[in-house]
Amino acid sequence: MSMIQVNNLKKSFGDLEVLKDINAEVKEQEVVCVIGPSGSGKSTFLRCLNRLEEITGGHVIINGHDITDKNVKINQVRQEVGMVFQQFNLFPHKTVLENITLSPIKVKSQSKTAAKEKALGLLEKVGLSEKANSYPGELSGGQKQRVAIARALAMDPKIMLFDEPTSALDPEMVGDVLEVMKQLAQEGMTMVVVTHEMGFAREVGDRVIFMDGGFIVEENVPHELFGNPQHERTKAFLSKVL
Amino acid sequence: MDTIIEALPYLLEGLKTTLYVFIIALIIGFIIGLVMALFRLAPLKILNWIATFFIDAIRGTPFIVQLFFIYFGLNSLEWVSMDSITAGIVTVAINAGAYLAEIIRAGIMSIDKGQSEAARSLGLSGGQNMRYIVLPQAFRRMLPAFTNQSIISLKDTSLLSIIGIADLTQRGEVQMAATFEPFKIWFAVGIIYFIVIYILSILANYMERRFELR
Ligand SMILES: Nc1ncnc2c1ncn2[C@@H]1O[C@H](COP(=O)(O)OP(=O)(O)OP(=O)(O)O)[C@@H](O)[C@H]1O
Ligand SMILES: [Mg+2]
Repeated sequence: MSMIQVNNLKKSFGDLEVLKDINAEVKEQEVVCVIGPSGSGKSTFLRCLNRLEEITGGHVIINGHDITDKNVKINQVRQEVGMVFQQFNLFPHKTVLENITLSPIKVKSQSKTAAKEKALGLLEKVGLSEKANSYPGELSGGQKQRVAIARALAMDPKIMLFDEPTSALDPEMVGDVLEVMKQLAQEGMTMVVVTHEMGFAREVGDRVIFMDGGFIVEENVPHELFGNPQHERTKAFLSKVL
Repeated sequence: MDTIIEALPYLLEGLKTTLYVFIIALIIGFIIGLVMALFRLAPLKILNWIATFFIDAIRGTPFIVQLFFIYFGLNSLEWVSMDSITAGIVTVAINAGAYLAEIIRAGIMSIDKGQSEAARSLGLSGGQNMRYIVLPQAFRRMLPAFTNQSIISLKDTSLLSIIGIADLTQRGEVQMAATFEPFKIWFAVGIIYFIVIYILSILANYMERRFELR
């Protein structure tokens, strides 16, 4: 079953057309990695998947809901789509626990005890049980990102979007975060991951999408895309990053 | 010294009125400021215009003129009747509201866009995002500017003596007329204002430090 269906997606910022004609599909439990040069539209594409960017044209269907439809209850669809940002975007005025429980309590009307119990379980999963009562300012980058993942997971999303989740991290922190993501993938989470970590894409990805200039230039299973790229632009990009 | 000690209970009675007007006006002013700040940031053009007009009108006119307009001007209309205390509270509230609107707007705009994006991605509505994520952070950042405006508004209340509100300043005038000791009386009045404002600053400092810890 397809969890994400993107048909002829277009996105412009004013006169600048950033996504030109994107067609893509992500199946349930699939892990799709998106790679490509800076400015190629990877983040914009990802942000169209939960409508953080207003969509200019085409259709984006998330788990059966067409989010380009004006009448769609976007806040409900967003509950099914977790997002993890490069800059973490934790809420600095709230403790780690409050960061994680806020949305389940306010949006899903869960009881405080239920939300807290769930949050503590998630913190254990990401290896940060002892940080429940810390503030984000007291955490390292890698710890922040793992809290951000736990926060997104607390809503029981069906899909997780990651936008370069390890790009702002010190090298020694990257491994912990990738490990959590890998575990998530193994548990069957549907994931779209914009990343510069080619090792992760190769190892964890079911499929890799290469974007350039607002188009999907090429997509394939990792060992094919990395081992036997078909397009010149893919070859040129890979020769620079591998 | 005797003159001051004898006048003190009477002056402190006036201080009560000053604080009463100040506190109510500040609370109303804060609500006005918040609403006007949200209007200015709203996607609806009419709301932007209303807020901009209000803020410009208040900032572009003297406090005394606003006071006279509300107390004498509006009261001269058939269907309006306000006592001096009400008119005083309304004037201080509206005046503070216009300045607070700009302070609150700047506070909201200073919060990183990523905060709202994270909140919205979790399914929070625009209103919930404002309430739980943006405003609490913005208010912390605004605290120094808010304290500043509070002090200005407190001092503005002394102008309300002109329309006959028996505040600290007005009672100072009465005492002066009764004792013929202007130096001592105005010195005492000044000290009382100073102490109140000093306490206000200490309170604000304390709050700032408490929030600083995060
Ligand atoms: N809010 C915006 N307003 C105007 N232009 C934008 C906006 N966001 C992105 N762009 C432009 O859209 C293009 C694609 O940006 P995007 O962030 O999607 O690229 P990216 O592939 O994620 O790049 P990177 O690898 O550097 O993150 C860029 O040219 C960028 O300048
Ligand atoms: Mg990007």
